Amino acid sequence: MSNQIWKFHNDVDTDQIIASQYLLLPDVEEMKQYTFESLDPDFAKNVHEGDIIVAGENFGCGSSREQAPSVLKALGVKAVIARSFARIFYRNSINIGFPVIVCKDLYDAVKDGDMADLDLSAGTVTAAGKTFTCTKLPEYMQNILSQGGLIASLNKEG
Amino acid sequence: MGMTIGEKIIARAAGVSEVKPNDIHTVKLDRMMSNDGTTHLTVDMYKNKLKHPRIADKDKIVFIMDHNVPAENPKTAEAHKKMRNFARENGIKLYEGQGVCHQIMMEDYVCPGELIFGADSHTTSYGALGAFGTGVGCTDFLYGMVTGSSWVMVPETLRFNLHGKLREGVYARDLILTIIGDIGANGATYKIMEFAGDGAHNLSIDERMVLCNLTVEAGAKAGIVEPDEKVADYCRQHGREAVHMFKSDPDARFAAVYEYDLSQIEPVVVRPDFVDNFALLRDVREEKIPVDEVFIGSCNNGRLPDLRAAAQVVKGRKTAPSVRFLVAPASNQVYIDALKEGIITTLMEAGAMIMNSNCSVCWGSCQGVIGENEVLISTGTRNFKGRAGHPSSKVYLASAATCAASAIAGTICGPEDL
Repeated sequence: MSNQIWKFHNDVDTDQIIASQYLLLPDVEEMKQYTFESLDPDFAKNVHEGDIIVAGENFGCGSSREQAPSVLKALGVKAVIARSFARIFYRNSINIGFPVIVCKDLYDAVKDGDMADLDLSAGTVTAAGKTFTCTKLPEYMQNILSQGGLIASLNKEG
Repeated sequence: MGMTIGEKIIARAAGVSEVKPNDIHTVKLDRMMSNDGTTHLTVDMYKNKLKHPRIADKDKIVFIMDHNVPAENPKTAEAHKKMRNFARENGIKLYEGQGVCHQIMMEDYVCPGELIFGADSHTTSYGALGAFGTGVGCTDFLYGMVTGSSWVMVPETLRFNLHGKLREGVYARDLILTIIGDIGANGATYKIMEFAGDGAHNLSIDERMVLCNLTVEAGAKAGIVEPDEKVADYCRQHGREAVHMFKSDPDARFAAVYEYDLSQIEPVVVRPDFVDNFALLRDVREEKIPVDEVFIGSCNNGRLPDLRAAAQVVKGRKTAPSVRFLVAPASNQVYIDALKEGIITTLMEAGAMIMNSNCSVCWGSCQGVIGENEVLISTGTRNFKGRAGHPSSKVYLASAATCAASAIAGTICGPEDL
């Protein structure tokens, strides 16, 4: 199934994903309407379930706020595919069971609004008439992700 | 094969004799810190998502309210209530309004060789005492709280050999902003930044905190200064014993080695909207950029030497009428020390608003938020788009002395321009 791409630039920081002033709202459901407010105030209204974010280098740099991957997941974003990620955002995403995928070549091949077909289990994404292979996660992290996150795996341990 | 300081700390926490980069280990956490930026969400998860809620060791956990303190609206008040009640119900040590979390952790808890998770990116600060501090999200924090452990992928280490001394009027803040400008905002992603050499040992613990605190702005997982007698002294003065003073082995492997002559460092002004948007004060001052607000404070640069440097600049002078000059000491201890030294009086006589010890303007949520197209020069941690208020506003970063001079002049400049 094809999904719409939302393309962002390099160094998208966590303040741009969800600004500080919304972090102490009661829950992620209330926060998610403000996602990407400073970059695209209508993003939360227009994004669809299953859409994919494509970004350049260092996506999610800045603060440790887990609210950043959480609002994207709550809006139904299927995954972020970037050339590289900042480490805390990357780790937080895996911990909440939200796919973050490193793919060096996709960024230059697609434009905002293109359609893409992401196959999470195969680790491939097809867009602009080509299929791109994404970097594989280490097995340890893949396990956390496929169990639905760290809390799900903790509950399984008992 | 030899190990770096960070590798030795991870090996100790994992209970193994050797680790190497990219290995994944289960580690015991020596300590964990969470602040009011995310704790209400952690508490919700603890209460609603866990099959068997439990706390492995409450004495290893510290809660610190510092981000929106005191509460600025009813929703924040509810988030705070949740955090406060959870701490009381579970016997977790809670600080409220006593300072910025990292400053309190340094004053009251951090020991060399410890592995510490903090639910805040600037947890890297603890490397000033030879500890491995790293920022995590609330799910990671919750897992650690429940199990007392976590997983760590061993990072590679970048070594920074520092030589000599900073010149008068040049600060640790200028040094780390120069380094970040050189290696870039992702120049240390998933790496440890290790500082050593005579230049590192010449720096005070406060100055080392400035370095380690900002390493996350280059993407680092941790920043660590090789611990020495100054670290042992600091621990003793704060009632603690320095046990694990790790140094890198002579044959330790570094992903890269950098050399810095501290006497060559100059005052820096970082331009909006990225921490690596480096410029020299001597170039920026020519542009006479008007500022609407000046902030001195934060976990990076709100300690006694910073307030002292600002006071020296503004003594006997007045803040420009077009400028709001805001100061938030990093902790109540810093505040009290500054009061005793007369620093607070000097700043107030110059027209500064002195605020309670908290994250304040640096995080753009509850104090001194700036409006459309306004310009702030700040000693805060970052200058991302909209970081301090309206998305169109601009944040410049500089040392306390440069910020103080800019408050007097009303445009970005250094003390020698007054």
